[in-house]
Amino acid sequence: MIYLRLIWSYLKIGLFGFGGGYAMLALIEREIVAPGWISEQTFTDIVAISQMTPGPIGINSATYIGYVAPGISDQAFSNPVFGVIGSIICTLVVIIPSFVLVTSTEHFIRRHKESAIVKGVLSGLRPVVVGLIASAALLLMNAANFGEETYQIICSIAICVSAFVAVFFAKLHPIFVILLAGVAGLILF
Amino acid sequence: MLTQLFFTFFKIGAFTFGGGWAMIPLIEKEIVDNHGWLTKDEFLDKLAVVQALPGVFAVNISVAVGDKLRGRTGSVIAALGTILPSFLMILTIAIFLTPELIKTNDIVNRIFMGIRPAVVALIIAPVISTGRSAKLTRHTIWIPVVIALLIWSGLPFISSPILYIVVGGVAGYIIHNRNARLMAAHKAWEEPRQ
Repeated sequence: MIYLRLIWSYLKIGLFGFGGGYAMLALIEREIVAPGWISEQTFTDIVAISQMTPGPIGINSATYIGYVAPGISDQAFSNPVFGVIGSIICTLVVIIPSFVLVTSTEHFIRRHKESAIVKGVLSGLRPVVVGLIASAALLLMNAANFGEETYQIICSIAICVSAFVAVFFAKLHPIFVILLAGVAGLILF
Repeated sequence: MLTQLFFTFFKIGAFTFGGGWAMIPLIEKEIVDNHGWLTKDEFLDKLAVVQALPGVFAVNISVAVGDKLRGRTGSVIAALGTILPSFLMILTIAIFLTPELIKTNDIVNRIFMGIRPAVVALIIAPVISTGRSAKLTRHTIWIPVVIALLIWSGLPFISSPILYIVVGGVAGYIIHNRNARLMAAHKAWEEPRQ
């Protein structure tokens, strides 16, 4: 059953989503894109849409993927009603671990804030989170996003490098950078 | 009170772009300054706890604040308030801007062909900034590099991010414990001489 598999995937994403939205992308990629629930391109598009709309990426991606995944994986589920059910399920499932974890561990974490169990685990996770985000970037550097013919690949690399300079050095807002990249796409392709 | 709680978090969810850290100033302003539900110290304390937890950060902080104010019902109301704006907006977008339309509509397709490489750049930027704040040294820089390559490899089992989260947490615990023990032993050895 498609919904059960979505629930299982999003439970894992909610439970192991350490390090914020970008680090979560690696998990989402492995759980949702790799099994073929959505295409690589759709995944990248969701990240772009998430950046341009309010709200956390973890929620936004759950809602969008929950809506499209049932129809993509099974023709019988192509009715939008199944999509809406899927998006409600995914969005709720990804936040369920929060209720359990926040209310049950708050006391524990506060008491052991300085101990090895909290400090040590968090310090061990720090380099892992960097690796997770890097893997998400690596996974997205593919033909689905950069194209297959030479012209598109060259333009894509140029857009990627300029966008990096714009965000990282010029400190432009990501939304503005995405808009500019969209305009560049219209002109170049 | 519950309605107020809901709409406060609804507002927070509706007006923060970029999620997570971008939300903190607005949450603090609403919870601490405008409503006085928590003192600044209580809020900072909640932040410190929530940071250690997995999941969506904005949801975690809503659950923590809601729980403090009105118990379980409060946490559910606050969390629903936070996620509802994004849920409604993304659902609307998903209904109209389907993957099918992005692929088949020439103009939309070209726009997204330009956007996709930029998205990659938006993810490379935090690799560098989190790498800096993780204070990686010459001896630890290999950890994220190896993890990224193994996840990217797509091989069964070893490409699972969960594996590295578990291993990283356990390793951090063991190393921290060992260092603490070494330090205690060192102290015990020094003390009698003084």
